[in-house]
Amino acid sequence: MAAKEHPLLAEVLKGIFAENPIFVVMLGLCATLAVTTTAKNALPMGLSTMAVLVCSNVIISLLRHVIPSQVRIPCFIVVIASFVTMVELALKAYFPPALSEQLGIFIPLIVVNCIILGRAEAFASKNTVLRSFLDGVGSGLGFTGALLLVSSIREVLGNGTWWGIKVAERFEPAAILVQAPGAFLVLGLLMGFFKWMSLRRREKSS
Amino acid sequence: MNTIRNLLFIAVASTLVYNFVLARFLGLCPFIGVTRKTSNAIGMGMALTFVMTMAVFVTFLLYTYFLHYGPQNIFVRVWPRIFDYNSPFRGKTVDTMVLERVLRTGSYILVIAALVQLVELALKKVSPALYHALGIYLPLITTNCAVLGVACLTTTDATRPLTLIEATATGFFAGVGFTIAMLLMSGIRETLELADVPASLKGAPIAFICTSFMALSFFGFALKLPT
Repeated sequence: MAAKEHPLLAEVLKGIFAENPIFVVMLGLCATLAVTTTAKNALPMGLSTMAVLVCSNVIISLLRHVIPSQVRIPCFIVVIASFVTMVELALKAYFPPALSEQLGIFIPLIVVNCIILGRAEAFASKNTVLRSFLDGVGSGLGFTGALLLVSSIREVLGNGTWWGIKVAERFEPAAILVQAPGAFLVLGLLMGFFKWMSLRRREKSS
Repeated sequence: MNTIRNLLFIAVASTLVYNFVLARFLGLCPFIGVTRKTSNAIGMGMALTFVMTMAVFVTFLLYTYFLHYGPQNIFVRVWPRIFDYNSPFRGKTVDTMVLERVLRTGSYILVIAALVQLVELALKKVSPALYHALGIYLPLITTNCAVLGVACLTTTDATRPLTLIEATATGFFAGVGFTIAMLLMSGIRETLELADVPASLKGAPIAFICTSFMALSFFGFALKLPT
């Protein structure tokens, strides 16, 4: 499928579907589970991660010939930590305080989100700036999309609302879905669903 | 007496009620990745408990003496008017929280990375047997969100200001809670190997569904807690 498309577009698309950070590669799960109680929390978290991912991918790609390979991991972490601090301060400055409180420690924890270090190590440190930028956009979109999907399911079934708007009258929400056990259950079932789809596609093509 | 009561409360709260994996969603990568075998789960749990305790101890000192604005801050002691509005920075509004806001994430992660490296070297020298048992897991711990998470939760994001002993105890017991969760999970997964699971749910999906039921039982502890 991806072979027919423009190679640069394929760079973006692979992050969203074939190499989706959450459902396929299974990286960055901590944040996924913690902030997906409502879609309103999931979107800012996804976009913050995407901003850090794109910026760190570009900078690391620019520096890929400068950084000695023995100390590359600490260098990557410093670059990522600087961008996370910027995002953290921007969130505190320009958004309502309730948002920072809701996301809590999961904003500083973007530093140790495996997706960002993973993309830096596996892609940005080996590819050109443009391709790294597109890779960051793709993986970031894949991550944000996955967060939105998980949070929508949890919010609609667990709270009866979506984006704070009531979606169903006369519907008893299963409150456990917005609690910790529901997060694991929804993610497990969604992962199973994506695996089932890819298994079916493989069966059809063979 | 009060200290002992607080410590007991911290022990129960951070191992069971706010279990790092099952209630706070921290450190899921090793939880899913290293729980295929019980021996690996114990190794990872021990390594993590060790590093979490050390990391909290060091980051707590870093926070109280360097980052946090307070009587103990070294910068404030050396130059009491450093954050004062009547200081030479007058008119530029120096935020007293500027240090912890700007330097927190970067300094913590560097301290943790250095600490992990140090622990690795020390273990290699002092106890080669333990080093070989933990060896492969130690470098992975740097990018484990449980370590940075516990550092943030005991300093900047603590619900009330903690003492050094309380903070270190939180780190240790959070690690113990993590090890308990990993041990339970590895037991379940070893049995799952023999079970007939649908092809699409094999591996991580079924592990998450089992975790969900474990979290459900741990959720019961939270309901017992007086508010």
